[in-house]
Amino acid sequence: MKPAPFGYADPTSVDEALDVLTAEGEGAKVLAGGQSLLPLLSMRLAAPTTLVDINRVPGLDQISVGRDGVRVGALVRHAQLLASTEAAGVQPLLCRATANVAHPAIRNRGTTVGSIAHADPSGEMTAVLALTDGSVTVATPDGRETIGWGDFFLGPLETSVHGPAVVLDVFFPALPERSGTAFAEISRRKGDYAVCGAGVVVTLDADRRVSSARAAYLSVGLVPEVHDLTDAVVGQPVDSADWAAAGELARGKVDPDGDLHASADYRRLLVATLTARTLADAGAEAARRTA
Amino acid sequence: MTTKLFGEPVRRREDARLIIGQGRYLDDIGSGAYEAAFVRSPYAHARVLDIDVSAAMDVEGLLAIYTYEDLTGPLAEPLPVLIPHPQLTSPRTGYPLVKDVAQHVGEPIVMVVATDRYIAEDAAGLIEISYEELPVVVGVDAAEAAEHTVHDDVPDNVAARHHQETGDVEAALAASAHTLSFTQYFERSASMPMEGKGVHARWDDADSSLRVYSSTQASTSVRAAIAAKLELSMEKVEVIAPDVGGGFGVKIVHPWPEELLVPMAARLLGHEVKWTEDRREHFISSAHERQQRQEITVGYDDDGRITALDVLVWHDNGAYTPYGIIVPINTATQLCGPYDIPVYRARVNSVYTNTVIVTPYRGAGRPQGTFAMERTMDRIAQERGIDRALVRERNLIQPDQFPYDWGLTFQDGRPLIYDSGDYPAMMAKLKVLVDWDGFAERRAAAEARGKLLGIGMAPYVEGTGPGPYEGAHVQVLGSGKVLVSTGLTSQGQGHETVFAQLAAAELGVPLEDVEVTTGDTRRFGYAVGTFASRAAVVSGNAVALAARGVKEKALRIAAEVLEADPADLEIDEGLVQVKGTPGASIPLRTVAVLSNPLRYAFDEAARQATQFSGPGDDSKPPVAVGDAPGLEHTDYYSPLRSTFASGAHAVVVEIDPATWEIAIEQYAVVHDCGTIINPMIVEGQVHGGVAQGVGGALYERMAYDRDGQLTNASFMDFLMPYASEVPDVDIDHQSTPSPLNELGIKGAGEAGVIPGSAAIASAIEDAVGRRIAAMPISPTELYDLVRSDAERVTNSSPHDSGAMA
Repeated sequence: MKPAPFGYADPTSVDEALDVLTAEGEGAKVLAGGQSLLPLLSMRLAAPTTLVDINRVPGLDQISVGRDGVRVGALVRHAQLLASTEAAGVQPLLCRATANVAHPAIRNRGTTVGSIAHADPSGEMTAVLALTDGSVTVATPDGRETIGWGDFFLGPLETSVHGPAVVLDVFFPALPERSGTAFAEISRRKGDYAVCGAGVVVTLDADRRVSSARAAYLSVGLVPEVHDLTDAVVGQPVDSADWAAAGELARGKVDPDGDLHASADYRRLLVATLTARTLADAGAEAARRTA
Repeated sequence: MTTKLFGEPVRRREDARLIIGQGRYLDDIGSGAYEAAFVRSPYAHARVLDIDVSAAMDVEGLLAIYTYEDLTGPLAEPLPVLIPHPQLTSPRTGYPLVKDVAQHVGEPIVMVVATDRYIAEDAAGLIEISYEELPVVVGVDAAEAAEHTVHDDVPDNVAARHHQETGDVEAALAASAHTLSFTQYFERSASMPMEGKGVHARWDDADSSLRVYSSTQASTSVRAAIAAKLELSMEKVEVIAPDVGGGFGVKIVHPWPEELLVPMAARLLGHEVKWTEDRREHFISSAHERQQRQEITVGYDDDGRITALDVLVWHDNGAYTPYGIIVPINTATQLCGPYDIPVYRARVNSVYTNTVIVTPYRGAGRPQGTFAMERTMDRIAQERGIDRALVRERNLIQPDQFPYDWGLTFQDGRPLIYDSGDYPAMMAKLKVLVDWDGFAERRAAAEARGKLLGIGMAPYVEGTGPGPYEGAHVQVLGSGKVLVSTGLTSQGQGHETVFAQLAAAELGVPLEDVEVTTGDTRRFGYAVGTFASRAAVVSGNAVALAARGVKEKALRIAAEVLEADPADLEIDEGLVQVKGTPGASIPLRTVAVLSNPLRYAFDEAARQATQFSGPGDDSKPPVAVGDAPGLEHTDYYSPLRSTFASGAHAVVVEIDPATWEIAIEQYAVVHDCGTIINPMIVEGQVHGGVAQGVGGALYERMAYDRDGQLTNASFMDFLMPYASEVPDVDIDHQSTPSPLNELGIKGAGEAGVIPGSAAIASAIEDAVGRRIAAMPISPTELYDLVRSDAERVTNSSPHDSGAMA
């Protein structure tokens, strides 16, 4: 359980990081919080030639909150985002989902951007990025590029970013008006990877009737999935909406795999249950915000 | 006992050191040591055809590569069968490094030593081994079918057929009013100490001696094994167990291959060598326990009283049997628990599989036995429509039946005789603690919230404190410090505290004057080890006896100085004084100085013991004939038989029918370990045991696939419960002292884990109304169960049975 030999660079600017990544070629890996990468190294499941540690690059540890959304820098730790009431005010899902990320020690070290760049379909923040229709900003030697979440995630642990690149930040759009959110997950033990998780956004019309209900799931597909469940509840008064019907609709849309901890069928049950429960909570919040 | 230390909740003296990082664990030792890594079999069953080390030879920092071919003398022979037994007819053990055929994934084949572990792993990764894969046997069913064999010369895969009975069970079953037969399964788990195994060895070439640190539960026996295997004289080998980060049974097995190979390499290389097991190695090359298939037939009367019990157990012992059939014997002999069963037969077939070896893990066969017995009780209750508690009460051994002689032979080779207990009182306490009779209201309240509530209970009896013996040495220094040493080892149980309590109480000295050393062969050479809930019973009594010997001598010496009769003296707070005569006293530390007549005064205190310090009795030699210098005493305690602790657990589970998550609402424990030395430590032991019981019932399993690959060999997928999964535990104590030892102590180490799966299975079954015939159970399995055609079950509430006392 000791890593194979690797080189180490600790650049102090993004350009310098890109220079190292360019020089080292495909074997180089960016290190931010290291909460996923270092265990892979220790188990010799990954053997990068060089780790490019970006922790000394200034300016990447910022959360910028605007009316349109929240931009999270590459060195922002989960714990920092969890504690940001400003960010939560613009997009409550950030705080709600981050609270489900592992344990405090991991949240203190791991980064939100890192978990998205790692593209683990059981990651909370990948699901939130998808649900909020967020995007990723990537620096390459050719300049900066913004990639929508749908083009970013290609498969489990696989993104569309290739060659020398540093993910600089991710952008989570703000919660729309007359909307509410909720996030819930079920894990075998508190803080474990979710067996199944769901984040939802419910939007109402001015008459407090459901106009949109969308959900994103974790641990049910190969990449984050967003499902529009509006059909099951559209036009229904929020206080009496048939959230269980939306849950059943979701159950039919997902196609999870089974593993040691949950069969595919059980995951579908959890999709239905978590969808109904989170939609009810999100609907109630949307109602409060539509007063 | 005169002072208040015995029985007090004294805070653990070792905790401050351990909590602030000042513990000294194996990996803290030998920062300059060379380090070892192993190439382990990637196949569950494979013949090693060729080992090519050429690519590894070029690695900078590589020092040595060893294969079986490099082993000489006794090292090239199979590892010992530690506990032979006449019914272990086909014992098999591996070699320190695979000789020919690897029998499980993880078996060591090549040892690599380098300047550090990183380089050792680099080199290990370059070693190429070619294999011929052989058919794999996984699980008791495949072992029994014996379509393939693990060991060529054991065609039925059966290592042992352990058989014990108290009468003609078939006749008794035939004469029973009712009978039931059923089969159930119990899955593997493992000890999983926070600190894995580890060995550090230093060879002194000039002295031809070896010092070995091992994270072990049995340092004296590791020493004997190393001496034998490395052909060294015993006095040239020291083995020390440093701070050990948990054992739970896995570290009682010895010698592990690494405990021989690391000293071998240290000697050959003339340099310190260390190996620290990593977590993956621990999963695939240490030990597991628990897997059994149980076929049970029970006969009972209209009132649910058992008339005959017959169990046939298929026990998975993994690839080898170094620890004999201790676990099967424990299952066979402890299964009946607190019940008075007129005719009983146990047959345990211990079978080979191509998996990690099975050796005792806390509970050691008893959780499975209790599962068999308690599920039987639940079935009888359901068949007869009787409250589950009442069925149990009707079958209990009564207080006037002790000593209760089963006519069976226990795991220590001695007769299985329960020494003492009060099981009806214990069950009565449990019912109050968990409010058994008021459960219907709680269930109704939960139903109103959309939740399913269930309750279950399971009592048990545990043989503890087996022999053959332990010893202790107690010495008072001229500084007043009291040194206590015993040969058995500590893995966090609190021995430093309880042995100090015992010595301080016996001697009449302040607790802070006592220092305790365990598991260091330099200090105490004769010992057995820490297992089977025996430290407090066996070493505890030895410490008390040794302290008593010191006290006798101290009073004798002080009596001369004080010109008093020893019988009139007492020791209090380190002062020897004449009872009832204030001022007539001498400090114990001065007695210690006087006990050792000196020629040379090396400090102020020593002056008092030199030849010109005062008038002596010229008619006697300075040290009387038959006496010895110094204020110290060594004594041993060898129990006649094991003591039998008991307890009963009750669990309330709440199940969410929308997710099938299982939450423990309440966990109640009544516990009886005889006389308690320190209730805080006993409660800590119970808490830890309950945590492991919950883990075994709801979270942990060893997920072997058909190829014998352990698919969850990490803490990411092997789900040991976190603090967040372990319930608060309501504890009530009961104390029926053991008549077998003067202190009345019974063991407490393993108790908490034993009935966990039985009680939790009962509670889940009660909540969902479906038969639970296998443990552990997870939410996804529970979801499958409730949708399956599994048998529906209903329990009678206490009030339905109409027979409440």
